[in-house]
Amino acid sequence: MSEININMTVNGQKIEASADPRTLLIHFLREDQNLTGPHIGCDTSHCGACTVDMNGMSVKACTVFVGQANGADIVTIEGIAQADGTLHALQEAFRQHHGLQCGFCTPGMITRAYRLLQENPSPTEEEIRYGISGNLCRCTGYQNIVKAIQVAAEELSVKEAAE
Amino acid sequence: MNDQTPISREERIEKLQGLGSSRKRVEDARFTQGAGNYVDDIKLPGMLFGDFVRSPYGHARIKSIKTEAALAVPGVLAVITAEDLKPLNLHYMPTLAGDVQAVLADEKVLFQGQEVAFVVATDRYAAADGVELVEVDYEGLPVINDAFKAMDDNAPLLREDIKDKMEGAHGPRKHHNHIFSWEEGDKKGTEKALADADVVVEELITYQRVHPCPLETCGCVASMDKINGKLTLWGTFQAPHAVRTVASLITNIAEHNIRVISPDIGGGFGNKVGVYPGYICAAVASIVTGKPVKWVEDRIENLSATAFARDYHMTGKIAATKDGKITGLSAHVLADHGAFDACADPTKFPAGFFSIVTGSYDIPVAYCGVDGVYTNKAPGGVAYRCSFRVTEAAYLIERMIDILARKLDMDPAEIRLKNFIKKEQFPYNSALGWEYDSGDYHTAMDKALASVDYNALRAEQEENRAAFDRGETRNLMGIGVAFFTEIVGAGPVKNCDILGLGMFDSCEIRIHPTGSAIARLGTISQGQGHATTFAQIVASEIGIPAEDITLEEGDTDTAPYGLGTYGSRSTPVAGAATAMAGRKIRAKAQMIAAYLLEVHEGDLEWDVDRFQVKGNPEAHKTMKEIAFASYNQAIPGLEPGLEAVSYYDPPNMTYPFGAYIGVVDIDVDTGVVDVRSFYALDDCGTRINPMIIEGQVHGGLTESLAIVMGQDISYDETGNIKGATLMDYFLPTAVETPNWETDFTTTPSPHHPIGAKGVGESPNVGGVPALSNAVHDAFAHKGLTHTQMPHDHWRIWKTAQKLGLTD
Repeated sequence: MSEININMTVNGQKIEASADPRTLLIHFLREDQNLTGPHIGCDTSHCGACTVDMNGMSVKACTVFVGQANGADIVTIEGIAQADGTLHALQEAFRQHHGLQCGFCTPGMITRAYRLLQENPSPTEEEIRYGISGNLCRCTGYQNIVKAIQVAAEELSVKEAAE
Repeated sequence: MNDQTPISREERIEKLQGLGSSRKRVEDARFTQGAGNYVDDIKLPGMLFGDFVRSPYGHARIKSIKTEAALAVPGVLAVITAEDLKPLNLHYMPTLAGDVQAVLADEKVLFQGQEVAFVVATDRYAAADGVELVEVDYEGLPVINDAFKAMDDNAPLLREDIKDKMEGAHGPRKHHNHIFSWEEGDKKGTEKALADADVVVEELITYQRVHPCPLETCGCVASMDKINGKLTLWGTFQAPHAVRTVASLITNIAEHNIRVISPDIGGGFGNKVGVYPGYICAAVASIVTGKPVKWVEDRIENLSATAFARDYHMTGKIAATKDGKITGLSAHVLADHGAFDACADPTKFPAGFFSIVTGSYDIPVAYCGVDGVYTNKAPGGVAYRCSFRVTEAAYLIERMIDILARKLDMDPAEIRLKNFIKKEQFPYNSALGWEYDSGDYHTAMDKALASVDYNALRAEQEENRAAFDRGETRNLMGIGVAFFTEIVGAGPVKNCDILGLGMFDSCEIRIHPTGSAIARLGTISQGQGHATTFAQIVASEIGIPAEDITLEEGDTDTAPYGLGTYGSRSTPVAGAATAMAGRKIRAKAQMIAAYLLEVHEGDLEWDVDRFQVKGNPEAHKTMKEIAFASYNQAIPGLEPGLEAVSYYDPPNMTYPFGAYIGVVDIDVDTGVVDVRSFYALDDCGTRINPMIIEGQVHGGLTESLAIVMGQDISYDETGNIKGATLMDYFLPTAVETPNWETDFTTTPSPHHPIGAKGVGESPNVGGVPALSNAVHDAFAHKGLTHTQMPHDHWRIWKTAQKLGLTD
């Protein structure tokens, strides 16, 4: 099978590569780009562990061929913190409010919440619960995840008001 | 030095972040930034990938396996079958339960999804292509997937490999599909109690087959270094040392030449206790090719082939007086173990600790018996977030108590209070032979009832029922009460072992010259936050702040030997070892301090982070100062350095308990069950980190919700597994999951060095009966005695329909 050329921006960096056209975006990111933050938890696009941000939308990278992401702007969990290492309010809130245990869903969950808070900067609890319902967690029962996202939303709106 | 800065005693305690502190987790920095290191993140030069050809049949004879087409796929290097493993005597492997399991199917397949051939290729795509092209010719055979038919006279023979072996690991086998019989208690005395009773209730209660389904599936990377003769295995192992020993016994590679590493593990819940064919095949493939080989199962493989849980058909009988005092309990279980007995239980307990089935009640006489049978289902039988078969036992007794209450027209809370073991009866010897270490059940139950305003809930329910009968609502309200006692922390070496390995655990602590430390344990965290909480135990014992203590687990080359993390054993066993190792450090530190302060050891007392002269606290040496002295001073009679190791053999199990009350509203026309509120009071003895305890309770309750409301690994009559993807297997999302309310009482374990009992599994054990009882309670006044789980919408609607409640 002949390979196709891939150009995309990942976490702010331009990437040029070639790949077998059937390669899934998640495998391209994890195995070719060594971005092992997004995980693989199912085969049916249910668990959301592989969630990345693609052109301003949350996508499950296990359901996207790398070719479909050609030219896209991708953000993974590795690109959520600021360049100087300052953590995003979500990363800080997840730690402060015990929003994770085994950590396997966490990259996808935070990446999803990162987009959710841009779609809806001050969500209600119900909106958060619906907003993350494509991401499964087996450890936390979601209660502290929801709390962490609420706290991060407040932090971000305070920050925005100050700017 | 900072040590000399006068700060108050309270500030010194605060600085340690020891026992009782809701210290934030040290693991989170890497997990929130995508820097965890899980097994599928491991990438080694030249690494190959393995993938399985699996059986589409539940029971079939393999007539031929053709591999030529697969081998022609670019990148495919090898296809391994049972024929290749036979010369190495690796086509079968020992299970934890004393049975053997086919690594690759030997002439027959016994369940859908069974491993038939292992394709090794340069990448995972080529391996998958190869799997597609392996041609296996099968001849279908009759399937047994109903445990009640497994021992029929004309039932087909499943295990041809052991057909002549009528002596099993636990005594004689009664039938070619029988595995074991096990019993405990006074059979005759219990029969007499049942015969003499005012009231007897009897019910068949099935706890359906479910799967732990951690978000990360099982996998490993095997790397054989042919030059040094060393095999390194990275994998999702809840018990890395046990894996090393078993791997050595299976492969005949000397144990010092095997290194097992459990990296970060994405949840376990029992799924990662067992040894699976993928581990063996990856190791063989690495030995054959000389290259590292990765095997990671996908979700369908995970749900269909590694580690089911439960599948217990339990018949309970309770004898009682007419005013509700229980006089005897009998339980018989038909246990469906699937095609191979791979249950993960201590060797002497083929039904785990099911004999905790007398629960929290003072029952004078009891008997339980368990028969295990083979069927055409996947092997496993792990404890899905519970200690060995404890959740099955808790479900049976807690459902039976409700059924008895209903029969006697008593309140479920009242009948429990009437039969509880009393505080003054501890340590309590149960009729089935356990010594409960400590408990105060009445206090816990009273607190729970008051917290939820139980009487008001019952009054509201009366109004709801009247309104329903008047046609004013289509919702029925149910109140579920459960009070559970767990038995965790396996366990004393005198009666607990796995494959002959005593179930002690271990901790080694080294203090560095500048007063920080590293602690290594025989356990392995899968989300429990050990690096956070065990450092807290060390901090409180030796007076070094938790943030100055590195905690390391999971590498058999560096960690002391231990039996791993499952059955809520980490805190009761390894946590005890950690405290004891800390106390050994403190004992040596006291001698050093005495030398430095020029006093007799007996003149010193320990205070938070230092030894001080009794009556003169100004004269003191902090642990930090003592640590430095241990490295730079020649102290007569003492070796340099400051380190200790403890191997802790617990004198008894621990017995956490709790009172759970859930309230549901059920729409009888749709069968939708809405969990309106849920209150969980846990008593896990001394609380190490309340934040982590609450998180564990939230997670365990959510798993119990999943089990009660939908999880079901069932098979159709031809042996097809139904529900092997997340399309069908229920994992609750944030939308279905309610908010959980947590509470606690504290009754320390008298035999544990810090009084801790373990908590991670309690919410699964107590949550299942509480939620199931709530569903039953909603329909109880309409005549429902018992209906099998899961209580999904369709089944609830059917129940309502049968009771004549639907339109």
